[in-house]
Amino acid sequence: MELKIINHQDTRSGFGDGMLELGRSMPEVVALCADLTGSLKLDAFQNAFPERFFQTGISEANMIGMAAGLATAGFIPFTGTFANFSTGRVYDQIRQSVAYSMKNVKICASHAGLTLGEDGATHQILEDIGLMKMLPGMTVINPCDYNQTKAATIAIAKRQGPVYLRFGRPKVPNFIPADTPFVIGKALMIKPGKDVSVFATGHLVWKAVEAVEILRQQGVDAELINIHTIKPLDEEAILESVAKTRCVVTAEEHQMNGGLGDSIAQLLARRMPAPVEMVAVNDQFGQSGKPEELLVAYGLNTPDIVAACHRALGRKNA
Amino acid sequence: MIMTEIAELKRIASQVRRDIIRMVHSCQSGHPGGSLGCADFMTALFFSELRHKPTAFSMEAKGEDVFLLSNGHISPVFYSVLARSGYFPVSELSTFRKMHSRLQGHPATLEGLPGVRMASGSLGQGLSAGCGIAEAKKLQHDQSLVFVLMGDGEQQEGQIWEAALYASGKKLDRLIGIVDWNGKQIDGPLEEVMPLGDLKAKYEAFGWKVIPFNGNSMEEVVDTLRAARAGAGKGMPQLLLMKTEMGMGVDFMMGTHKWHGVAPNDEQAAVALAQLQETLGDY
Repeated sequence: MELKIINHQDTRSGFGDGMLELGRSMPEVVALCADLTGSLKLDAFQNAFPERFFQTGISEANMIGMAAGLATAGFIPFTGTFANFSTGRVYDQIRQSVAYSMKNVKICASHAGLTLGEDGATHQILEDIGLMKMLPGMTVINPCDYNQTKAATIAIAKRQGPVYLRFGRPKVPNFIPADTPFVIGKALMIKPGKDVSVFATGHLVWKAVEAVEILRQQGVDAELINIHTIKPLDEEAILESVAKTRCVVTAEEHQMNGGLGDSIAQLLARRMPAPVEMVAVNDQFGQSGKPEELLVAYGLNTPDIVAACHRALGRKNA
Repeated sequence: MIMTEIAELKRIASQVRRDIIRMVHSCQSGHPGGSLGCADFMTALFFSELRHKPTAFSMEAKGEDVFLLSNGHISPVFYSVLARSGYFPVSELSTFRKMHSRLQGHPATLEGLPGVRMASGSLGQGLSAGCGIAEAKKLQHDQSLVFVLMGDGEQQEGQIWEAALYASGKKLDRLIGIVDWNGKQIDGPLEEVMPLGDLKAKYEAFGWKVIPFNGNSMEEVVDTLRAARAGAGKGMPQLLLMKTEMGMGVDFMMGTHKWHGVAPNDEQAAVALAQLQETLGDY
């Protein structure tokens, strides 16, 4: 894959633009929002398809239940609010009315992770991937840039069953070519290598791209694979890579507990034990600050991925 | 409604009550009290008022009325009226709460039981799903009604009031909520556990039309359901405030909250069944 920055855009705009396309192509797609239409970039959908847009007010539990009802009647509802209010606040509603009831609801969550910035820890959910992946039958997707988020939004409309789609607030490098197919459950090879496998998701994929380039200059041939679908996990792609490299680094904007690294470590423990280093938040809440400052403070920046790769290589060669 | 139809509904309700006692007795678990209290309403709804297709169940319910049970613990009465009206074989009632049954302790869709559209059990969620189905029917230009039965204790859940706000704010005037007002919950009398105050005034303040009635008078139940259909499509959601007696039909189960979630033993079941006429044949 050619790695160059196309532009800087927020992933939530990829969601909003994907929704507008879905509005035109799939009449059964409807959207619900709990008083965050602008933040979720759902304005364009709302303006184009007002009768298919449901403003629920600040009532997230009711929004999830309504989505389950709309899905019962044959629509494909997409709910939109911040990641914290999309998951932790409404966990039981999702569990009973959506997941256990097997409803075709797409739970779309913006402002995930530390990089929403100044709003602080009340809004910076770092547990949502874990909460969602534990639910039987739930698909969990965390795209890495504008193009991938837009493609993922369109792809999940065609997948039967509940989906959690997680994206973010800040403008970040947009680098996945727009014509790259988005295949749910299939890992995306960013750069092949032989020394260490780097599995990254969400905003940290571009950080991993930078880290892999630094490693190249240091004489390390790292393989970078984008795991946009955390569940179902592309186990074969991960095992194929680790069979070659025999050591692993995971990178994500999430708690270590319950995140991508946890899923990969679990797979490797069962199938192919290997040293795993995790770039993730370690049992802490976030705080107010600028996105880049927060990534540095919590050890989620490019140099942290480089250092984790050296630790993994050291353990492999010990 | 002619008297022969009322008499027939009463006959069915008696059998439904027998089914409830036999189901909870057989598995020695479940919730007989609220089930017995709602037996008259559920019988009238499923055998008289609901416009539905029991033998051709479709999840989407296009062109059909929808019923959701929000207080899922009264699953015995729900399963009985579903089976007795033709959604699945009556013989399947014997599997209630047993391994590999479609009749889970609380209603579920996972096993594919015809007639169930939402899982319920964790309280407070049904009215929201009802709002969603009502919005869907508006988009589909379908004038069918959406009924959601809730418990009175369940009104203590905050989500209900989110849904109540939405339903009136967005004029879901084909949505009909029913509250089973038996005044009892697991820990005791509702007025002691957590008083609801003037529930009628509360729903009215939320913009609903409220119709109080006696849910253990078949005549009043049938009349109220007719009135609710006639009142649909007039800009407001409707709330049927249904006064019932928990345990209705079995003397020793009435007047107490004790039988909310307790199964009768062999002797108690025999006493209860002796008070309930077998009208349609036991399963």
